[in-house]
Amino acid sequence: MTKRAPDASDVSVSPPRRRSKYTLAPLVLISGNVVLFALFFVWPAVIGLVYSFTNYTGVGAFQFVGLDNYSKLFGDSAFYDAMSRTLLYTVLFVPLNFVLSLLIANVLVSKHAKGASVARIFFFIPWLLSPIIVGVLWRWLFGENFGLVNYFIEKVGGSAVPWQSNADLSLLVVVVAAAWAWTGFSMLLFIAAIKNVPTSYYEAAALDGAGPWRQFFSITLPSIAPTSFIVILLNTIHAMKEYAVFASLNNGGPGTSNNLMVQYIYQTGFKSGQIGYASAASFVLMLILMAVAIIQMMVNRRVENR
Amino acid sequence: MTTTDMPRKVDARPARPVRKKRSGGSATGGLRRAIAPTTLLWVLAALYGVPVLWFVLSSLKPAGDLFSLPLTVFPENPTVSGYKEAWASANFSEYFINTTIVCVIATILTVGVSCCTGYALAKYDNKWLKAFFLCILATTMLPAEVMLAPLFLVVRDLGFYNSLSGIILPALLTATGCFMFRQFFLTVPDELIEAARIDGAKELSIFLRIMVPLSRPIMLTLAILSFQWRWNDYIWPLLMLNDPEKFTVQIGIQSLVGAQNINWSVLLGGSVISMVPLIVVFLVFQKYVMNADINAGLKD
Repeated sequence: MTKRAPDASDVSVSPPRRRSKYTLAPLVLISGNVVLFALFFVWPAVIGLVYSFTNYTGVGAFQFVGLDNYSKLFGDSAFYDAMSRTLLYTVLFVPLNFVLSLLIANVLVSKHAKGASVARIFFFIPWLLSPIIVGVLWRWLFGENFGLVNYFIEKVGGSAVPWQSNADLSLLVVVVAAAWAWTGFSMLLFIAAIKNVPTSYYEAAALDGAGPWRQFFSITLPSIAPTSFIVILLNTIHAMKEYAVFASLNNGGPGTSNNLMVQYIYQTGFKSGQIGYASAASFVLMLILMAVAIIQMMVNRRVENR
Repeated sequence: MTTTDMPRKVDARPARPVRKKRSGGSATGGLRRAIAPTTLLWVLAALYGVPVLWFVLSSLKPAGDLFSLPLTVFPENPTVSGYKEAWASANFSEYFINTTIVCVIATILTVGVSCCTGYALAKYDNKWLKAFFLCILATTMLPAEVMLAPLFLVVRDLGFYNSLSGIILPALLTATGCFMFRQFFLTVPDELIEAARIDGAKELSIFLRIMVPLSRPIMLTLAILSFQWRWNDYIWPLLMLNDPEKFTVQIGIQSLVGAQNINWSVLLGGSVISMVPLIVVFLVFQKYVMNADINAGLKD
């Protein structure tokens, strides 16, 4: 008996060990991606870091200016505005998207809801649309003089709401538009997760007299915690680099009040030709994104260990 | 012990079937239970569907009727003049062809590169393969939007500025694609490869003849996703392309929005045209998208 055990484990271990003698085949297989990785990830990351310490304009010679770009960045009110608008946008978008997509996923998997397979298409189509089209579409709905929304508001006796000329309202429209467009994606992840929760949990809870709300908060929500984490992480990263919806919905307006980080990087780097300065801004954004990812991973680990 | 257990079991048994019968319910009970979730479902579906519906219906109105009050839901004199005008005026057909070229080539290459990499990561065991897996993971942390300026300089220095290949090439490096294939190939039994090796098959022909055909569903899923990402790309093509003849659809539409006086008739028509390919692709391949195992850190 004791002799057999090591034999059996030897057999199960040996195939992976034998596989490691293959080096040429995997090398050939990953070579394409290695080249792409070196060219479009390592190289730009390195020169981006280098340029962030220079006054490079994209052409000609440049000088190293030390931390000048970074200190200038932290004294630039436009940078602060872009950063705080981006954070505000993220803080509004992520919870709204989370609640909407979780609600819809729950309704869709409910066996009592009729016509779920057809309804699913309605939630999914917005996700297919490009951010540019999403922007155009919501601009059409929320036009101040011609939009459908203001038309209804006036019809029920209200006065037209300045959706475009009030900076906070115009940010809000983008938040709603983006949440509308991104529901399909988060919803898909939630549906997969909810379907994986064993039905016996719900049957047991129902026997104990737990109602739908209690079942949701005590079974569904804890069971899908890993997916919730992924949804929040992906949505946060997505929101921090949002640009296209703003570009087509209100062009960062009114004025420059809703310029976000990516737009700020785009304008300083490509409109004003300050590549070095834009690179510094990029690295600040990258550090924030990494911090977000690391904090969320730590929180997630703590929740899962509990 | 046994005597106390016995009656309990006997008690429990009849209790369950009774409950089940009740929860199965009569037809009217089931209907009553369906009312609330179904109503909620369709109210939500309407909230998501109405904006698109309003948009598409508006695009069928003649330019003069777009702003005429009171607003009508259905166009009284439906026309496709907005579409025609958009197609003709703003080089839209050219944008369409450019975007199609980008999407098709990028999608084929993305699927190919990701399939090779995913297979190698799943089925071979080497230290440097593990290291490369970490490298791929790292790319999810640093998205292209964050590296706009340096990436632009690299692609320009490689000589791809103002060309469609400049849009395609950087897009091929997708962690999602590699992960999807890796996850799939991990589920394929190693014995299949071992058997082929014993039969004397070469490593690459095992991959091409056995593994590639096996992975067809993943290929299709990634192809749909990739097509969507590239079709909807905006900021990178905007940076890369200078020549209006090379513009993609999204840039074309955004240039209509940026105009001093928006010609809504053309904009609506052009927008709806640009939506069509994706919606067709989605409706045809719906089941693949819906069943896609995209938990492996989906991003573009």
